[in-house]
Amino acid sequence: MIRAENITKSYQRREGQVLALDHVSLDVAEGEFISIVGPSGCGKSTLLLTLGCLIHPSEGKVWLDGRSVYDLGHAEAAALRLKSIGFVFQTFNLVPYLTALENVQLPLYLSGLSPARQRQRAEHLLDKVGLGARLSHKPSELSVGQQQRVALARTLANQPRLILADEPTGNLDPALAEEMLDHLEELHQQGVTVVMVTHDPRLAARAQRQLRLVEGRVSAAEAVNARQAGAVQARL
Amino acid sequence: MTTFRLVLKELRERKSQLLTSFVAITLGITVIVAVRTMSHFSEKAVARELDSLGANVLILPKGATVTNYYTADFGEYVMPESYVDDITTSQLQGVDNLSPKLTEAISLHGQRVYLTGILPKNEFKSKPAWQTADGVFARPEGCGTVVPGTVAKALGGSAQGGPGETATRQTVIAELGDAEVLVGSDVASRFGLTVGAKLPIKDESFTVKSVLPATGTVDDTRVFAHLHTVQRLFGRGQVVNAIEMIGCCKEISKGLIDGLNRLLPEARVVTIKQIAQTQLSTNTMMERFSVIFLVIILLVGAVSIANYMLANVYERRREIGTLLALGATRRRVSLIFFLKSALLGVAGGLAGYGVGTVLAVGLGPRLAGVPVLPLPMLAGWAVLLALVVSILASALPVAKAARLDPAEILREG
Repeated sequence: MIRAENITKSYQRREGQVLALDHVSLDVAEGEFISIVGPSGCGKSTLLLTLGCLIHPSEGKVWLDGRSVYDLGHAEAAALRLKSIGFVFQTFNLVPYLTALENVQLPLYLSGLSPARQRQRAEHLLDKVGLGARLSHKPSELSVGQQQRVALARTLANQPRLILADEPTGNLDPALAEEMLDHLEELHQQGVTVVMVTHDPRLAARAQRQLRLVEGRVSAAEAVNARQAGAVQARL
Repeated sequence: MTTFRLVLKELRERKSQLLTSFVAITLGITVIVAVRTMSHFSEKAVARELDSLGANVLILPKGATVTNYYTADFGEYVMPESYVDDITTSQLQGVDNLSPKLTEAISLHGQRVYLTGILPKNEFKSKPAWQTADGVFARPEGCGTVVPGTVAKALGGSAQGGPGETATRQTVIAELGDAEVLVGSDVASRFGLTVGAKLPIKDESFTVKSVLPATGTVDDTRVFAHLHTVQRLFGRGQVVNAIEMIGCCKEISKGLIDGLNRLLPEARVVTIKQIAQTQLSTNTMMERFSVIFLVIILLVGAVSIANYMLANVYERRREIGTLLALGATRRRVSLIFFLKSALLGVAGGLAGYGVGTVLAVGLGPRLAGVPVLPLPMLAGWAVLLALVVSILASALPVAKAARLDPAEILREG
């Protein structure tokens, strides 16, 4: 489903050039659940956002379903994110002045659905994550766990085939982290492709395959340490 | 969820921050609406004043000045009365009325007063303010054409008027005989004159035919007799020292003045524009000043909006980043912010129109000395202007919002 080839991403900083990703190549098959692990600042989030059409690599190419995503125009890339990709953020990134229902409606509104259809689908999703009684609550009126579930409902609004989760359990206590992982595994079982960035080895181990990044490079030893190698492989 | 609802919800959430720019744009529009409303009615009042002045072209003897005309001190400056005939029998287009005059100083109960000889019919036609005298004079409508023979008949003392004239007016013209005078309102009150009072002028006794309504001009301080009576009293012969003329504005601009100059090379033709030149220059200066003033006010409003929008974009970086990550296009982000600034502009324009109108209606009579009423047509202009200012002021912040890098924002954590 995703193919990244020789991705390099460098940033110009005051102290000089910083290499965030250094010739990273990666294949992710449809329906696979992989985790990207590594120390802080190793380039995990950069890699995830690059796979999500949000960071243009300095070198290399990324293909999603055979389409080179960085050769797409801005509007096409936005449409691709809208229809096919769902992001799960560590800080949830809920819009503070919108209710739970309206936050879940956002991707549906961007898709051009009628307000009535948006409402119907958002209510259904919030009901599914156990927040049917919290529709009109703003994020500040919800607990962290409830905010996380609203964010998950929003991610799933347009039924994405690929979920990119950036430290999805970073702000959660162990019980909520477990609940989040359960949700991701459930999605994986339903055929959704999941790429999760985490620094927690215990959670990473729940993925089919782990990819270890060190200083912007894929660590060879860890890359092959997959629970279920299948047809998927990470290439150096 | 719709774009409009999204914008409204955000506006409601951050009311206090919005207030400053709302006040700024409202203030700008308030001043513009108040000034425009007052100046509209002020201009109308000036137009009425000019209208009441009647003549818009003056024909003076060569060498005489406008000052001579206003002070009525013509000295020996005179010109033949036949100039009136010359004009009416010429092919000149756009001459609506001619009022020849001869003004002389007289002594009334030991005080110096000006006696002006007029042809009553012509005079009343050119003086709308006088037409309210006793409520009997019909005002000529629009800018007509000279009626052949009208002046000539008047010169001959004929009671025949032009078409459309009322019988009453014809009667008045006919009845302003050799021993009758009309007195200005000031003269009447100064000397306690009423209709029927006797007035001794140059050893002859005159009867006050009518007291003229106040016009706020030098006419209020004068006594009017028939032109031919004044000529006879002062032994002047058939001369006048001014001919006031109503020319059609369209024709004036098409060369009526040049035609008059060619026709009467020994006279001086002055237009009302020249008469009011000094006043016009002052008005132009005031107009320019208020334009500069208004531009500054609008700029302050625009800067305030730009500043607010920039701060708003910065504050909503995470939200913008999230929207872009969710699949919003840059166009959609721009639309959300432009709609917000448009709503701000419309609200500011409407509020500015309301407050400005209330100010103009309340302060107009004191500041401009004229009654002021609301101008509904300004509401549209106020909203449009506020909208344009608001959108233009937001252009840079909106472009900044649309260019934000979602990845950079999302990595900020």
